[in-house]
Amino acid sequence: MTYQEWFREDRLPHIYCTGCGNGTVINCTLMAVDEMGWKKEDTAFISGIGCSSRAPGYIVTDSLHTTHGRALAFATGVKLGNPDLHVVVFTGDGDLAAIGGNHFIHACRRNIDLTVVCMNNQIYGMTGGQGSPTTPMGALSTTTPYGSAEPAFDLCELAMAAGANYVSRWTSYHVKELTRAVLTGMQTPGLSFIEALVQCPTNYGRRNKFKQVLDQVEFMRSHTVLIQKLKRMEEQGEKFPDPVIPVGEFVRRNRPALGVKV
Amino acid sequence: MTRTDFMQGNTACAEGALAAGCRFFGGYPITPSTEVAEHMARKLPKAGGVFIQMEDEIASMASIIGASWAGKRSMTATSGPGFSLMMENIGYAVMTETPCVVVNIQRGGPSTGQPTMSGQGDMMQCRFGSHGDYSVIALAPASVQEMFDLTAKAFNLSDRFRTPAFLMADEIIGHMREKLVIPDTVPMQGRKPLQQGVLPFHPDEDLVPGFPQFGKGYGVHVTGLTHDERGYPCATSPALHEELVKRLVNKIESHRDEIADYDVVNPDAETVFISYGVPARSVQQVLHDQKNPDVGHLRLKLVWPFPDSALRIFKNAKTFLVPELNLGQIAREVQRHTKNEVVMLPKLGGALHSPAELTTVLEGYL
Repeated sequence: MTYQEWFREDRLPHIYCTGCGNGTVINCTLMAVDEMGWKKEDTAFISGIGCSSRAPGYIVTDSLHTTHGRALAFATGVKLGNPDLHVVVFTGDGDLAAIGGNHFIHACRRNIDLTVVCMNNQIYGMTGGQGSPTTPMGALSTTTPYGSAEPAFDLCELAMAAGANYVSRWTSYHVKELTRAVLTGMQTPGLSFIEALVQCPTNYGRRNKFKQVLDQVEFMRSHTVLIQKLKRMEEQGEKFPDPVIPVGEFVRRNRPALGVKV
Repeated sequence: MTRTDFMQGNTACAEGALAAGCRFFGGYPITPSTEVAEHMARKLPKAGGVFIQMEDEIASMASIIGASWAGKRSMTATSGPGFSLMMENIGYAVMTETPCVVVNIQRGGPSTGQPTMSGQGDMMQCRFGSHGDYSVIALAPASVQEMFDLTAKAFNLSDRFRTPAFLMADEIIGHMREKLVIPDTVPMQGRKPLQQGVLPFHPDEDLVPGFPQFGKGYGVHVTGLTHDERGYPCATSPALHEELVKRLVNKIESHRDEIADYDVVNPDAETVFISYGVPARSVQQVLHDQKNPDVGHLRLKLVWPFPDSALRIFKNAKTFLVPELNLGQIAREVQRHTKNEVVMLPKLGGALHSPAELTTVLEGYL
């Protein structure tokens, strides 16, 4: 089987804009699912509302496209209702960190056996480009027309502090690393959180000096530094990109997990 | 074996759910409903089920919908403020045709109101609280026995019609202790599974589609967006939206008589009390004291869909007296269905109408 077989072909073409990074993340996730050898009938994809959350509709398994911010609460019911199911959640920065923030920290605290893939485009894409909790300070959006005045959430630090067993961050540029991270997340019992920074040319890029799709992808390439390397650079006083996006595995541990079949 | 017990209404509700095969409870503590959750927390794990205390009522409602798709009979219990928080996901359950049971042990509102006092102020919220047009099924117990019986029944109705079912109880019934007869088994009417080859949201003749449980190979896509019979989002077709919403309403409204559940006393009476939930107890006392065949009683065990045909049983009725612990929410519904005089007997504050109060009113109409 290949990952392409997991697509719900009669739902294509998808709604994503030209140049959107979400498709890359879906591909990476399905490649990881395929490598896990999961069966379609044993797998469920769950999401909330937003661009990211349309992803389960393009996948051939059982899928639940729920209300804004609540995907993790629905997924908790599905997983505990049938622990034999492999449950993957697609979410975005607005869905997960704003309206769904409380469910996010509690799902991490419970360390429930879910794989959570967050497509972080740093903007509300579907509603036309409003600022989100991960919009960088100073960045422009329709609701931050003079530049965002609020500090942004670091979703990985949040997931780690709240208790998730596996946390990593990559970008849509890092296809192989992202696929491997999702795979490792799926192999790790408990809550696995994988943040995938994605370009949003329509609603983020064009307002924030990324004239071409590849400009934003190039930014993600050149401003990401592996966490361990960044620590070393900081210790040795070396120069690193500004702003810098730490990527890699934040944590991988074995706290007691909920929803794991004994 | 049938056994007799003496217990609180909230505990009886939990026992009724367990007897009906409820194996998932997601909830959040709130007075005066918390005993339902506490009893489920004690009993569910021993019955092979799952109890989870969620982070709020929004998550509670979400979790029981998720568990329902995973194949479990699922339930939550709450009161006014929590009920308000559940509204968006209740609409999601309606739109996605997800069976689940929501227990509301009503207290005084609006807002935080009277946490430890009784009320029936959420009857219209239950009917119309989430956005958009839809119909619901809501039961109203008036005894500890009915907390058991009607909870069990709510699961059957919810599965039969693939819709959330509500147990609209109140603080007095929830905390009252009475005799309870627990039967050996309760009637069970499960979900009809989706037949192979049928589209997942294609309704049968009764307007209810078969249930494509997750994990059974259906590969169903479930969305709160307006969807076609494949379950695929199609949110811009006026005709499709109208057809879907009308079916969601009609699958319940066209079965009003099948769903209806009520008791009738003195059907030839000219003056008739209509009650549901705890005020029925005072009415029963009045009828017991009066022993007058010209005073009737229609006691609704199910309020939504409103069983309007029951009003026509009282052929000689001239006046309907409707005592309720709100400012006349169901009395207005009665008015919609009759030309007879409808007398609202509202009561707020948490105390029940006393039989003496009702008798005084009654005597003005005899």
